[in-house]
Amino acid sequence: VRAPGPAVALAAAVRAGERSAVEVVDEHLAAIAAGDGELHAFNLVTTDAARAAAAEVDRRVAEGEDPGPLAGVPVALKDNLCTRGVPTTCSSRILDGWRPPYDATVVGRLAAAGAVVVGKTNLDEFAMGSSTENSAFGPSRNPHDPSRVPGGSSGGSAVAVAAGFAPLALGSDTGGSIRQPAALCGVVGMKPTYGLVSRYGLVAFASSLDQIGPFARTVDDAAALLEVVAGHDRLDSTSIPEPVPPLRAGLDAGVAGLRIGVVRELSGGDMSPDVVARVRAAADALAAAGATVEEVSVPSTTFGLSAYYLIAPAEASSNLARYDGVRYGLRVDAPTTGEMYEATRTAGFGDEVKRRIMLGTYALSAGYYDAYYGKAQRVRTLILRDFAAAYERVDLLLSPTSPSVAFPLGAKVDDPLTMYLSDVCTIPSNLAGHPAISVPFGTGEAGLPVGVQVLGPALSEATLLRAAATLEAAAPAPVEVTR
Amino acid sequence: VSAPDPTLPDGWEMVIGLEVHVELATATKLFCGCPNRFGGEPNTHVCPVCLGLPGSLPVINAAAVEYAMRLGRALRCEVRPSVFARKNYFYPDMPKDYQVSQYDLPTNVDGWLELPDGTRVGIERAHIEEDTGKSVHVGGGGRIHDADYSLVDYNRAGVPLVEIVGRPDLRSAEQARQYVTELRSIILAVGASDAKMEEGSMRVDANVSVRRAGEPFGTRCEIKNLNSIRSLGRAVGYEARRQVDLLTAGERIVQQTRHWDEDDGRTHTLRSKEEAEDYRYFPEPDLVPLTPSAHEIERLDGSLPALPAERRRALAEAAGVEPADAAIAVERDLDGLALAAIGAGGDPGRVLTHVEHNLAVEGADRLDAGAFARLVQMETGGELTATQAKQVLAEMVETGAAPDDVARARGFEAMGADALAAVVDEVIAAHPEEWTTFTTGDDKARGKLTGYFVGQVMKATRGQADGKAVTQLLRDRASAAAGRG
Repeated sequence: VRAPGPAVALAAAVRAGERSAVEVVDEHLAAIAAGDGELHAFNLVTTDAARAAAAEVDRRVAEGEDPGPLAGVPVALKDNLCTRGVPTTCSSRILDGWRPPYDATVVGRLAAAGAVVVGKTNLDEFAMGSSTENSAFGPSRNPHDPSRVPGGSSGGSAVAVAAGFAPLALGSDTGGSIRQPAALCGVVGMKPTYGLVSRYGLVAFASSLDQIGPFARTVDDAAALLEVVAGHDRLDSTSIPEPVPPLRAGLDAGVAGLRIGVVRELSGGDMSPDVVARVRAAADALAAAGATVEEVSVPSTTFGLSAYYLIAPAEASSNLARYDGVRYGLRVDAPTTGEMYEATRTAGFGDEVKRRIMLGTYALSAGYYDAYYGKAQRVRTLILRDFAAAYERVDLLLSPTSPSVAFPLGAKVDDPLTMYLSDVCTIPSNLAGHPAISVPFGTGEAGLPVGVQVLGPALSEATLLRAAATLEAAAPAPVEVTR
Repeated sequence: VSAPDPTLPDGWEMVIGLEVHVELATATKLFCGCPNRFGGEPNTHVCPVCLGLPGSLPVINAAAVEYAMRLGRALRCEVRPSVFARKNYFYPDMPKDYQVSQYDLPTNVDGWLELPDGTRVGIERAHIEEDTGKSVHVGGGGRIHDADYSLVDYNRAGVPLVEIVGRPDLRSAEQARQYVTELRSIILAVGASDAKMEEGSMRVDANVSVRRAGEPFGTRCEIKNLNSIRSLGRAVGYEARRQVDLLTAGERIVQQTRHWDEDDGRTHTLRSKEEAEDYRYFPEPDLVPLTPSAHEIERLDGSLPALPAERRRALAEAAGVEPADAAIAVERDLDGLALAAIGAGGDPGRVLTHVEHNLAVEGADRLDAGAFARLVQMETGGELTATQAKQVLAEMVETGAAPDDVARARGFEAMGADALAAVVDEVIAAHPEEWTTFTTGDDKARGKLTGYFVGQVMKATRGQADGKAVTQLLRDRASAAAGRG
């Protein structure tokens, strides 16, 4: 039986009164103070609130209460999750000064589980990007090589976990925004089934694709965090009204008897050879552990990227309309309301956000709707059908998470299309609403971490985590961040 | 098909289709738990959801859906699986800068309602959507363009609405008024809304075009700012007239939205079709489709109250009149009373007359049907004159007393026919000159003098005479005189 993940172990020690939550939190705050100047994982470190919450956990333990499964565990929150009274910026100037009057559902669940929020992490503005370079507050850097990007959009959360600033973090994944930075930073990252985790309080990018999920050092910790935040929420109409099965319990069960398909379309020439080699090694490891591994074709996955870049911007163009300077955030005054809108949005949004608002507005326009948005939705149906066909033959699919290891800052920032290709392996799961997980599996070029992705059908989280745990056990020793 | 509207020149016909918004009478808003209440200090009935704060999500109010579907069934619509859609446009009183509405898959489609005259008016759809907030423009005459500043009250934002889109089946301003009156009765009957035009819980926009009889539909204009049924009638009449004048002068109608100005009685250009927005509708991803089951629709149908058209028919049948003649009784919600009074032996004609003319008062619905029938019998049996019956009825409504007791207490005794004839003869004898004019003059003179003589008789009998009987006696005496002459 494997050792519990570091976060789970910490919680156990705090619950048992062996460690003080304040001490645990202070250690992590010290690590942030020492290292985050260079890495910029955080937009905001909530030092005082974190200490107060930790003290409350300690008090409860002292009084014989159980503060919950994540007692005293520091957690970093992507800065597009609403926190009551605490600035929530989406790494955009347009939300300047805004403090939400409410907590996201996941934030409430974390608190109820005894977790301690240590800060809000950097992201590509409104989660639009794959490198965290689109942040209005400057990029985050990869702890394995600070001249490289951590991936994105949840780059700050991935960095926080990889650098040891927090054992756990939450991100959001619209087209790969958890899995790709997890892969590039050498940590575990998971996008659950659409509807498994409430989106209430997640600032929307593309509502039909957005899903909150965990970052952790290990599969066990990721499962523990997901168990805490998952589950029906009546405030989110798209939340699945079913109880969530236990996710940690079956992690040791192995993959013997499971059929696993390597996605042919995501193994070819578009992927760096070092990454392809690691996926092959992962397939071998699964086979060695008793799974049946074969190559499977999921033809329409190659259309995913195009469909995604119509659907996501279309929804974003509507979701981001509300940032108009009338009610909250930035306002740049001008003589008329229309001019005020224009001045505010011109000053408040960065280039990538503007680009996607324009793309999405165009895709929804009268006369173009059917050709663009309509057709993209039909591609989505096609992808679902292809996945369904694949899952007739196999239980899970395997692919790279990212086509390459972490790339240098600035390498793709002026070339949006190349940047968009970073998400080619991750997007199909969002379009299908299916879960997928990225697990570190050794290193590639320049000794940088490579993640492999395991994909499954809707609500297959338990199986997915089991396969991920098997890979984790078979993986070469994780790359340690030495600072 | 009813007669063409009298305000248009011969050969012209107006074509009207109405879009009516009603605020549903739910306790809370469409997508959150804030109270759905008219008024209140600005921005006190708000929360993250109806303010559209980042990260907030809508949750559909089941009661609003229930009301909308009830209304749909009452309007004979097909209730179908439906999908919410976002209507995207920027406006300060709209918190998300899109309105959650329904587009290609509305909840209710293809219904109709029946006007009292029997005309069926098609209902294209009745869909669910959220209301916006209200802007108040301060300074510069209260118009947005030259205001010093504007304030927004979001109390109304997210209030549930149903928009009922009628087909262009109306052919006169009078029919338009009747349609709204009928629609309002149906809305009230199913309890979907209080439907008050003056408070804005019912809002009417009119699409108006004109054509020469037999021609295809002309270009239409949409009229906004109709705050009463009276405004609707005036605005539609004005607009149709304006269009006929333009066409007669050889000009063309430009499709546009026009604003009704109650003070100057005209419509004014608001915006033309070229300035129309592209709303970029797409399915609302934050909500799931509504999928009512056949069982649910059956349950709705079973719970619907009798609708005005059925009630008119039932009363008309019992009273032996046309359904249109039963309209007022139904409108006043007194058809139940009328039916019961007729059932208890009251003369249908007198019952309907009283309901129409003498029972437009508070408390009329509490009148005992048996007592009402008894009053009508006293009247038709000659124990009370029409005037006396009216007075007795008023007291019955006020005090709940029995008609016999009221009549006795007031000293109303039926005047015998002989006694009345004697008084009439006395009055004739006392006014010989007038009587000569009455018997020899033209209809106009006679008409005038009838009133005069009836008044004199009423004076002599202290109001106890039956006006109709007096008129009849005067006529009898006059023809007798003519016979002698």
